[in-house]
Amino acid sequence: MIVSLIVVLPFAGAVLGLLLSRHPHGRDPAGNLAANKRAGLFGVVPTALSAGLTGWLVWENTPSTNVLTVIDTGGVAITVGLEVAELSVLTAMLVGVVALAVQVYSVGYMRGEIRYPSFSAFISLFTSAMLLVVFAADLMVLYVGWEIMGLCSYLLVGHWWEERANSRAAIKAFLVTRLGDVGFLFGIFVLGFAAGSFRISDVLAADIPTPTLVLATLLLLAGVAGKSAQVPLHTWLPDAMAGPTPISALIHAATMVAAGIFVVARLYVLFPQPTLDVLGVVAAIGMLGAALAAFAQNDLKRVLAYSTISQLAYMAAALAGGARDAAVFHLVTHGAFKALLFLCAGAVIHHVGSNLLHHMGGLRRAMPVTFWTMTVGYAALIGLPPASGFFSKDAVLYGLERSDSPIQLLLYGSALLTVGVTGAYATRAWLMTFFGTGKIQALPEPVPGTAHVFDGREAPATMLWPMGILAVPALLLGFTDAGEFHLAPAVTALVVALLGVAFVYVIWRGSPERDPARLLGAFRDPCEQAFYVDRLYAAVLVRPVLALARGVVRTDDEVVDGAVRGSGRATVGLSGLTRHLQNGNAQLYVTGVLAGVLLIAVGAVVLG
Amino acid sequence: MHVVYPAVVAALLFSIGVYGVLARRNTILVLMSVELMLNAVNLNLIAFDVWLRDALHSGQVLTLFVIVIAAAEVGIGLAIVLAVFRTRRAIELDRLRDLGEP
Repeated sequence: MIVSLIVVLPFAGAVLGLLLSRHPHGRDPAGNLAANKRAGLFGVVPTALSAGLTGWLVWENTPSTNVLTVIDTGGVAITVGLEVAELSVLTAMLVGVVALAVQVYSVGYMRGEIRYPSFSAFISLFTSAMLLVVFAADLMVLYVGWEIMGLCSYLLVGHWWEERANSRAAIKAFLVTRLGDVGFLFGIFVLGFAAGSFRISDVLAADIPTPTLVLATLLLLAGVAGKSAQVPLHTWLPDAMAGPTPISALIHAATMVAAGIFVVARLYVLFPQPTLDVLGVVAAIGMLGAALAAFAQNDLKRVLAYSTISQLAYMAAALAGGARDAAVFHLVTHGAFKALLFLCAGAVIHHVGSNLLHHMGGLRRAMPVTFWTMTVGYAALIGLPPASGFFSKDAVLYGLERSDSPIQLLLYGSALLTVGVTGAYATRAWLMTFFGTGKIQALPEPVPGTAHVFDGREAPATMLWPMGILAVPALLLGFTDAGEFHLAPAVTALVVALLGVAFVYVIWRGSPERDPARLLGAFRDPCEQAFYVDRLYAAVLVRPVLALARGVVRTDDEVVDGAVRGSGRATVGLSGLTRHLQNGNAQLYVTGVLAGVLLIAVGAVVLG
Repeated sequence: MHVVYPAVVAALLFSIGVYGVLARRNTILVLMSVELMLNAVNLNLIAFDVWLRDALHSGQVLTLFVIVIAAAEVGIGLAIVLAVFRTRRAIELDRLRDLGEP
């Protein structure tokens, strides 16, 4: 009962927000403000209620299942229902808190924006879809939420669609995740038909032969890679930075990317070793590559985007190494601190009016609150004690160290290296944002999509409060699981991370005006371009597909339409011949009639 | 009298009528040719009525009908010709081709 309320409330908020908060005349500024206020209420209140109810579920902590109805499909039936399990409740709590923070934050971030009502409504819908994924008792119900999230990410990433690049990024996000979703859907089919039921509890309990499982989980993995931005399908995530910053926080922390990892954790017992090995290899490549790419980015949000890919790969690696609980733990802490980082980055961008790191600098004094909260976020990202990331990373590393996976060495080595690179890129972004000399003079009027012009003040309270509140879990969440703490891997990770931090700090100290990314030397350009994966895809996939599309268009134009137009033209041409008979001379017509009668008469005589 | 004679005369009359309808340009002459064709038919009707010794003389009755209808037709036809002449100052058939394709 409560669980359905949790899922339905944000959905109702989305519907109300879309229907009731349209401004009456559009051009009237006072009407717009009133509409935005209404939309803000419809966005914040249901999400807050939903988060509160989730908190109650956490406190109550009793697994339960609610089945609304069973849809008889003629084949395998679909159970429309919600299931409360420990993993679901934990993830839902994360989703609720982050979504609430994002909703409150966007009230300030999108102030005066004419399309704010639809924006907040889509955030609510997004939240609702993610909660549906989290609580789904049936794979098909899960898939419904999964797809709605794809739609919402498209709508929200393309919120400022006036700019061509933004709408392209939205389409890219949609298409790339869709590519994975096809695999995901077929994975569900294979599982469902092998188990004879789409109910997750039945599927988990079913006795499915290993080859079928390998096939099904590999197909599922395609969808997971798409949603969680793992290596072959990760390219949409950095481009999705075109969306407003609160959306980045939502996508990167609570919804969307978390969904992939969540699904693997939820169906974990189904994953056989070969699939886990594939996941592990993907994760090992992804975490290091994305961390290196993050180090060379010049756009603050892209730094965080690559960092997300890298951290998600951490979770994937933990799953591949058999440490499911560590992965979930890291999912939750990462959700908290990455949302915090994005919200802080949003405040910085809002303040500076530019995404680029070399436009920033010296913001420590101008924005003390943002500075301190973001420092907490970075500390958690690097894994410095006592921030939450320290504990979860320790759990992951401990799991990988103890793993009996055949690729344990690769996973562990890659994870440890990534810890160092993470320290380096986080420090670089931190130093370039908050230290050094301020470079901002009043920028020209910004293009839509980059918030406001520099005005030398801290962000509004609606933005600062969510940041402050999220800083608390980012800092302290680690202690909830501190009983599982292991000293040796923690010290190793800390040393490696501090090495990375110190290295960048020394380089930066040498000449604070210059970008520490020069450290990479000739390797910098490949890193900045994320190892040319986008260009590779453009050459191997995009261009042939575009050529094919053009061919299809031409065929349609010239062959299909040509046939239609040709038949018309042929008719006109033929009629040009016969119309000469219609010359208006009645005597000619009568001659024709007579000739016809004669022909018929002769024919009747001869043949009859 | 053998039935061939009136039949041949009727055929000749009919052919002259057909020729007139198809070849003459003057509308009045075309109307006259139509009359010729009708009269050829009348001749046939009477000849065969006699030759077949029809008790009811349906051939002769039909001939009377045809004569009446021909009179009416010629009346209407001449009225049309008059109207066309008044509006167009011409009654040549080949100049009345407004219905033709341009």
